[in-house]
Parts: sequence; C-alpha cells; structure tokens
Amino acid sequence: MSFKTTLFGASAMALVMTGAAFAENLVIATVNNGDMIRMQGLTDDFTEKTGHTVEWVTLEENVLRQRVTTDIAAKGGSFDIMTIGMYETPIWGANGWLVPLDDLSEEYDVADILPAMANGLSHEGTLYAAPFYGESSMVMYRTDLMEKAGMEMPEAPTWQFIREAAAAMDDPENDINGICLRGKAGWGEGGAFITVTGNSFGARWFDEEWNAQFDQPEWKEALEFYVGLMNDYGPEGYATNGFNENLSLFQQGKCGMWIDATVAASFVTNTNDSTVADSVGFALAPNSEGVDKKSNWLWAWALAVPAGTQKEAAAKQFIEWATSKDYIELVASKEGWANVPPGARTSLYENPEYQAVPFAKMTLDSINAADPTNPTVKPVPYVGIQFAAIPEFAGIATEVSQEFSAVYAGQQSIDEALEKAQALTNDAMEAAGYR
Amino acid sequence: MARAVTQQRKLINTAIAWGIGLLIFFPILWTILTSFKTEATAIADPPVFLNFDWTLENYTAVMERSNYAKFLWNSIIIAGGSTLLGILVAVPAAWSMAFVPSKRTKDILLWMLSTKMLPAVGVLYPIYLICIKFGLLDSRLALVVILMLMNLPIIVWMLYTYFREIPGEILEAARMDGASLKEEILYILTPMAVPGIASTLLLNFILAWNEAFWTLNLTAVNAAPLTAFIASYSSPEGLFFAKLSAASTMAIAPILILGWFSQKQLVSGLTFGAVK
Repeated sequence: MSFKTTLFGASAMALVMTGAAFAENLVIATVNNGDMIRMQGLTDDFTEKTGHTVEWVTLEENVLRQRVTTDIAAKGGSFDIMTIGMYETPIWGANGWLVPLDDLSEEYDVADILPAMANGLSHEGTLYAAPFYGESSMVMYRTDLMEKAGMEMPEAPTWQFIREAAAAMDDPENDINGICLRGKAGWGEGGAFITVTGNSFGARWFDEEWNAQFDQPEWKEALEFYVGLMNDYGPEGYATNGFNENLSLFQQGKCGMWIDATVAASFVTNTNDSTVADSVGFALAPNSEGVDKKSNWLWAWALAVPAGTQKEAAAKQFIEWATSKDYIELVASKEGWANVPPGARTSLYENPEYQAVPFAKMTLDSINAADPTNPTVKPVPYVGIQFAAIPEFAGIATEVSQEFSAVYAGQQSIDEALEKAQALTNDAMEAAGYR
Repeated sequence: MARAVTQQRKLINTAIAWGIGLLIFFPILWTILTSFKTEATAIADPPVFLNFDWTLENYTAVMERSNYAKFLWNSIIIAGGSTLLGILVAVPAAWSMAFVPSKRTKDILLWMLSTKMLPAVGVLYPIYLICIKFGLLDSRLALVVILMLMNLPIIVWMLYTYFREIPGEILEAARMDGASLKEEILYILTPMAVPGIASTLLLNFILAWNEAFWTLNLTAVNAAPLTAFIASYSSPEGLFFAKLSAASTMAIAPILILGWFSQKQLVSGLTFGAVK
C-alpha cells in the first residue's frame, strides 16, 4: 500500500470518526398536535442529513408546561429542545433560561419568519424560539347555512353581524346551533377567548399602573354580549366546551359558526373527519361596532433550546431543520400543501401552490391583524393579546376564567363574577409587587 | 340461624349486583369499544355502541409511533419494585405496632396516614432537586423509592390491621419453642397472614401502576412508564380520542388481567377479619 493511499485511508477514517464523535442523541419535549406528530414521522430525514438521532417525549399541553417549567427552573437538563409557546418564550428568555437563537445560518433565512411571530418569540429584540407553526383565530362558518339564511358573510364581520347570522342559522329542530364558542375554564381555553372578546369591546386586563380593569364598563359589555349570544344561540353546556368539543360539534354539522384557532381550518375541511368539509367559509375575527380592535389572538408553538444543554449545536441544527423552508417542502411533497405547518414563514404565503389552499389567505390576514404590543384600544403595560406576558398571568387568568365559566353555567351573575375577578386580580398583583 | 333466602330474592340481588358491576365497568368498556372505532366514529353524536365498522387502525398507529414494550417494562419494574420494597419495610413495622405496641403507636399510625394528605406537588421541587443531585432524574430507581415511600403508610396500615387479627399467643408459643424474631416473622406470622399480604401486594401494585404525578414529572425517555405512554396521546388541539382509547386499553390491559386472575385473593384479603 502506497503512502498516499495510507494517508487517504487514515484521513477518511478520521473524518468518519469525527462525524461519529459529533453525532448526538437529542431529547425533545413536545405536545401531541397533528403537526408535531407529523414531524416525528419525518425525523429520519434529519438523521440522514446530520447523523444526530432524536428521542421524543410527547405530553399533554398542561403536563408539558409543568414538566418543562420544573426542569428548566431546576436546571434538570432532561431535554435538549423544548416545545414552548408565545407566553413562556419572552418570560423565559428574560430569565436567561433559553439559548438565544441569534446565530442561525444564512440559508435558514431568519428574516423570512412572519414579523408577528418573530416579535412574539423575542425578548428585547433577540429571538429565543423558532416558530414551528403559528396561529391566530378567525370565523369558520357554514356556507350552505349562510346561503339558506339569505345572508352573506363579510370579510371582516362585526359582533353585531355575528349575532344576526347566529339567529338566522340557529335551527334547534335540526340540532344546529347558531354559534359555538369556547366557555371552558382555563387561561388557554375559555380564558383566551373571553380576553380577545374583551379586547374587541375595548376592555383591557390592566391599566398602565397594573390595576385590574374588570370594574370598567367595557368588560361588562363584552361579557353581557357573549353570555347573551351563547345563551340564545349556543350549544347546551357551553360552559365546559373548549377547542376539541367545538371541533367535534362543527365537524358533525352542529354549528353554524365557530370562532377559534386558524389551525382548525385544516381539520374542518378534511373530508375524512368532517361531515361539512365542502361547505366551510372563513372570515376575520369580529370586533364590536365602533371599536378598532378585532378579537383575534396570536399564538405559536415554537422550538427552543434550554440554557445549560450540553448539545447546543446539535439542538440548533434540529431547530433549523424543523422550522426551515425545506421542511415545509418535505411535508408538502409527502402529505400535500394543506398539511404543512402554517403561520410561521412569509415565503409559504407567497407560494402559489399554498395560495390555492382555501384558508391560507385568511390565516395570514388574521395573523397580520394581530398586534401583541397594542392588544386593545387603550394602552396596556403588558405584551400579549390573549394573555399578558408576565409569570403571574397563568394563575390569575385561570381563576378569573373559572369565575366567568360559573356565569356561563348559570351559577352566578356577571356582576358577581366581575367583582370577584377584580378583587382576586388586584390581590395577586399586589402580592407579586406590581402594585 | 341463617335466614332463608328465597329464589326471587336471590335473583333480584344478582341483578342488582350485575347492574352495579356494569355501571362501574362501563367507562372501561366504552374506552375499549372506542379504541376499535375510527376517529370520526369516536366522536359521533348520537354515540355508536356496537354497530360500527370495527378497525384495528388505532392499535397499528399506536404501535408504529410508540415503543409500547419499553413503557410496559418500566411500569412492571416501577410498580413491582416499589411494592416489594414496601412490603420488606412494612412487615417488620406492622409487626412491632401490632404485637409490641408502645404508648405512641396509635399516634405514629395516624401521623403516617396524615402524610398522605400533603399534595404531591408541594414537594415536587425538593424531590426534583434531590433527583438531580444524585443523578436519579429519569431513572427507575428514583421512582421505585418514591412510590414505595408514597404507598408505605397504606401498606403499614393494611398489614397492621391483618396482623392484629392473629392471636399473639401463637407467636408467644413459637418464642417459647425457641424461635428467633426473624423465624417468628418469616415462618409463623407471614404464612398466617398470606391472604392479607397478598391483597396488600396487589392493591399497592395497582396504585403504583396507576400513579401519574411522579411518573410523569420525573421521567423523560428512559424510565417513562405506561402513564407517560397514555399522556402522549392526549391532545388539546385535535381529536384523537380513538388513538387515546387504544393507548389506554393497552395500558390497563395487563393490570385488568392481573386483577381478574387474582380477584379471589384480593377479595379474601380485603374481607380478612371482617367477620368475627
């Protein structure tokens, strides 16, 4: 064997061994949503490209939140990548719990991330999590029932129009409710919905001095409208309905309208699961007449790297892969454009093939209409639309939403609920040192 | 004198017992039935009971996505390990409380039970930090120890109750015959309390099998048992009830089978000493 061949062989072996030495096994904590599960099925592509392997810990959303919060606060190091939302990202970024994603490669094209998403996942201008998919909320309605009622849904309806349409489509004899909306207690369930409804009536959680605002007329107006609408045209027991319950009702043709996450559009138009897949239209989330704020929220499920992981470089490689343009193309080639993760990249909405998807434009318009820094009419001291990005919010909003759900269930009056909400919010904010 | 039970009365009692049994079993039956439906049939309204196209697609999907055998093995080790360890600690403790009680035995028993009143989440953070410190995060050993400690008050209480039914004179006689303490517990007490020990073992195995706070919060990929397997199929955005039901059925099947075969011991143990 010549010296040259030996040198070549040794170099090749060194390269292989270097590659093997850098091949990592990444542990990723995630939620059980359709897009996430699809990603799990496609990770062979990532392993092929990088040599890194991946192990998944899939948990229910609330369990995941508790699990990753404990781990990151205690520096447990159980996970190399975490799936977190728009609420946690800025708070954890400010605490120094996340690795800044400020050195992603040029091919990744950070500037292509939708500005609303990039802003919501940043703290002081630094991106701390890359959006895997993003969502806003919008109106989904039955075009056949609308036609039967002799009405036409405007692109940007008001709450007053929504009430008229609900009255026209409501058909108890045929088991059709005019409208289905969330009422379930929980800050991310009914709490999120009533907060954005409040925004669209000009209500706000706090004034600039962090004083609770439930004693203001806007909240009363919003709650009275919501309760009246749901009592008249909503499904029975709406106080316990969340996303899944309403999805089930809509898919079975039992709702004339449903206002909820844009991500639901792909479910209600899926012919395998939905009995009304061919007759669904979309419109922007409504606002109250004369109020220049719509009731749409903004949310993203994003991937972040916890500070202290030993596998930071490989974790960033995974994030680049999972939230890249190439990944979107990969999903489209295997499962069609309707199934790609939506709401994260501008280029997706410029793609003519994706533009043909019926809910693409309305999703983008809804996301663009959301402004987390100015969620309502009056100024607020917080960032976030359906939440205030402070650590105390989840606990306070869960309690407030429980009071509101008790109103929906007929267990107390609107005035009683607002009074309790005002007191408990102020108490909690005082204890936390905001007031 | 035993009361005569008429045939009619017998029939009514049997019907009532079956009715209550079915009522209790119905949620499990519904879960099993749902696991054989498509996702669309699973949410059908009105619900479909038996008249649907039965499918195994959910089981196929679950088996493709998850490593069921690994979750099952972890459950067996954690539930079995914590139960056996618990019995080892509890038998001597219950013996001393039943046969050589002190002035404070009753208080100690009550104090032990009162530790069950502390919500688990109250000690999550300290336990988490201890696990990190000793490198026991995501390990089966940590869960074996924690679940043993969690169930120990119940094990001691149950064994104490069974041991008290055994006449102390028998143990005294053994002692007079020259039996050591170890021999007394191993060869005299334990064989006499077999039904009680068996039912304690079974009940604690079931409790440890179903435990879903520590097993979810202290595991990731290595030690995750079947509770984590079920949790991975629960979704806040998307209807996956049929798959969730398939995962639940697979998780409860081993314990259902175990319970079915050991029901005689379980019942005789739980009613041990009930009739005097």
